[in-house]
Amino acid sequence: MTIAAVLWVVAGVIAFAAVLLVLARLIKGPTLIDRLIASDVMLTTLILVVGAEMVISGHTRTIPLMVVLAATAVLGSIAVARFVSRAGADASADPGGDHDRG
Amino acid sequence: MIEAETVASILPIAAAALLVLAAALTLAAAIGLWRFPDPLSRLHAATKPQILGLTLVVIAIALSAQSAAVLLMLVPVIVFQLLTAPISAHMVGRAGYRNGDFDPGSLEVDELAADVDAATATDLPGGAWHDERGT
Repeated sequence: MTIAAVLWVVAGVIAFAAVLLVLARLIKGPTLIDRLIASDVMLTTLILVVGAEMVISGHTRTIPLMVVLAATAVLGSIAVARFVSRAGADASADPGGDHDRG
Repeated sequence: MIEAETVASILPIAAAALLVLAAALTLAAAIGLWRFPDPLSRLHAATKPQILGLTLVVIAIALSAQSAAVLLMLVPVIVFQLLTAPISAHMVGRAGYRNGDFDPGSLEVDELAADVDAATATDLPGGAWHDERGT
């Protein structure tokens, strides 16, 4: 194996360990915010792995996928954050009374 | 004068080393996500690979492809991530704060609390807090 190939394997093992940890947090929670952050990290890791695969395989065909993921990853986070924010305000019934406006 | 062959042999190793660094950043974020006590702390850990890790991978792709066209296609990736990462972090942090998913004892200063108190104490219908935050 060349030095580069060894480094690819090392990077793959590290990324795999990271994804396992993120998955554990995604399953364990305990709050929706935790799962939201964990899924965000998972998506970031996906973008990184797609890019790493291009380096390893020596092609550039999936760059558009990286662009689209980087541009739209934010939408899910914002939508769920709004939803969670409103649900939390309803559940805790804080004196602010800002449930209706969310 | 560096030989072209030397450069050609070093570039793949440099690209692979950048991939290892990016993977290490992701692992650091994952460990932080797993070990930190509350969502707002975990948010801090989660933002590490979003910009720096992506930049490292993009540089690795540029080193590997060695083409100006590829580099031009990669710039939007970083630009989009730079634009959108703070938005999602802000929204998640806001939701976390409003839900109280954090340990108040871990904060040195809670500047938002004073503003929330001031806004909820006002006599204005709805209050400045609601008008500003409700949009």
